[in-house]
Amino acid sequence: MKRLFKTYLEKPELAGLILLVLLIALFQVRSHGVFLNQDNLRGILGILPEAGLVAIGVTILMISGEFDLSVGSVFALMPMTMAVLMVHGAPFPLALLAGLLVCAAIGLINGYVTIRFAIPSFITTLGMLFMARSLTVVVSGGFPPLLPADLPNWLFTSFVGPGNMFRMSFLWFAAVAVLTSLMLSRTNFGNWIKATGGFLPAAAAMGIPTARVKVVCFMLCSVLSGFAGMLQVLRLGSPLPSIGEGMELQAVASAVIGGASLAGGIGTVMGGIIGTTLIRVIDNGLVLSHVDANWFKFAIGFLTIFAVVANAWMRKRAKAIKMEG
Amino acid sequence: MSDAIISVRNLHKWYSGVHALKGVTLDFRRGEALGLVGDNGAGKSTLINILSGVHRADKGEIQVEGRPVSIATPRDAMALGIETIYQYNSMVPTMSIARNLFIGREPTRFSVLGVGILDQKKMAEESVRAIANVDLHLRSPDALVGELSGGQRQGVAIARAMHFKSKVMILDEPTNHLSVKETNKVIGFVRGLKEQGVTGVFISHNMHHVFECCDRIVAMARGEIVLDKRIEDTSIDEVHGVL
Ligand SMILES: Nc1ncnc2c1ncn2[C@@H]1O[C@H](COP(=O)(O)OP(=O)(O)OP(=O)(O)O)[C@@H](O)[C@H]1O
Ligand SMILES: [Mg+2]
Repeated sequence: MKRLFKTYLEKPELAGLILLVLLIALFQVRSHGVFLNQDNLRGILGILPEAGLVAIGVTILMISGEFDLSVGSVFALMPMTMAVLMVHGAPFPLALLAGLLVCAAIGLINGYVTIRFAIPSFITTLGMLFMARSLTVVVSGGFPPLLPADLPNWLFTSFVGPGNMFRMSFLWFAAVAVLTSLMLSRTNFGNWIKATGGFLPAAAAMGIPTARVKVVCFMLCSVLSGFAGMLQVLRLGSPLPSIGEGMELQAVASAVIGGASLAGGIGTVMGGIIGTTLIRVIDNGLVLSHVDANWFKFAIGFLTIFAVVANAWMRKRAKAIKMEG
Repeated sequence: MSDAIISVRNLHKWYSGVHALKGVTLDFRRGEALGLVGDNGAGKSTLINILSGVHRADKGEIQVEGRPVSIATPRDAMALGIETIYQYNSMVPTMSIARNLFIGREPTRFSVLGVGILDQKKMAEESVRAIANVDLHLRSPDALVGELSGGQRQGVAIARAMHFKSKVMILDEPTNHLSVKETNKVIGFVRGLKEQGVTGVFISHNMHHVFECCDRIVAMARGEIVLDKRIEDTSIDEVHGVL
């Protein structure tokens, strides 16, 4: 028991992971073995990367002590930008680059305005949520543009792997997860992110460029969200201006369920991924166990509160035990 | 004066109307522990914030080891060997001791544009040594700073400053809200500075603490220096008298 608590302090995502394993077992039994069969897993793993990439960005930003509500709108704006450019004859790589630059610019604005005017990022990015969504509809001209036929789907959405288990998007997701995870735990920049979110005055007094650190996190968050939006559009085959609505709150829930602290300084990329997976598993598992699908949001809401309470309790227990030993 | 490690000349600072420093001139001598005292709002923190790169003086000159310098950021100050320990904001409680020791100065491998892979082995080894050097007894450098007592945290902050070979260590009210035992520990650290050849600047409202660990006392009032004597040439009563 003591060991468990000790591990917990270093691994805030542990509670989420345990819950995930329990839920998978539960759904596997309730669905009479359908849940973990190949077809169902393929379905889950096919859409996980989209929400997962957004959650990674939101989690890292949250660790740096900030917050982004505009990710759902950026999720829609990036592929819409690309689609409109491609309709006007731009080749895919150029459109991709332009789309990512738009995201980076949005992240830069979010970060700059938040820091320059010392306002809560909750407000800045709430404003950006509306503005980016509005831009998406405006540039689409009211009708979703038709995507060209020769898109590099082999690079983003085709099924690969043993038994065609994964989409290519999953490999992108895995690569981003590994790289951001290493960045956070193994580089000095990761140290600065944690210090900035953990206690800003100390980080600043030690000479860390806290404003720049936060702006980079805002930009990373927007770029990952936009990239995720592009993956979804390539999967669906059409750039709808309404995709990603409500995604911002699910991403926050993912991060928090995965052990990230809203106050900053605490959290892991793995936690954000576990949180996202939990949400996808619940979504899918409820359907398979023939539960009314309208319970989905209830379950996510309950889980979010439960996770935060459990995390707070575990942290307190762990601390008490460490003090004694 | 040749033995001055930091000299400030005619330093002025205005905060939107408040004249917080009114021409302060002071020499910090090498290897000396200097106690800086004064009432609330006297300008003590303003003076040391200028030396540690948190604020900039509006007028005046700073020399370090005889050379005029410009201290625009905390990084500049640290590069000059000036390390500051504040009451609260020296440590990030959610990070380990080892990580805290190297914040902003992490040893890295394969660094590109200042960003690189942490040399965690070096960090672990050096943090054990740094902590042992200031006689701090902690179980492991992997413990979170949030779990340490206030006195232990200040100890780690001091260990950090020592590790990076700081020449001048400024402590702004490091003993506030500490228990008697913990306070004595911090005072012990300040006393130990001299043996290591480090110049100390100790700010406190407790005159007894200052007299216990300093060689020289400088009193400030309303942005000016009103007394500057060696400890043996003055008394607590005299210092109280000028404040
Ligand atoms: N950041 C700031 N903005 C505006 N005014 C300030 C600021 N910092 C200090 N002052 C003012 O400057 C004057 C000197 O303050 P300072 O903090 O240097 O005093 P101090 O001697 O450190 O006091 P204390 O013992 O309370 O810490 C005070 O009048 C204070 O109100
Ligand atoms: Mg002060």
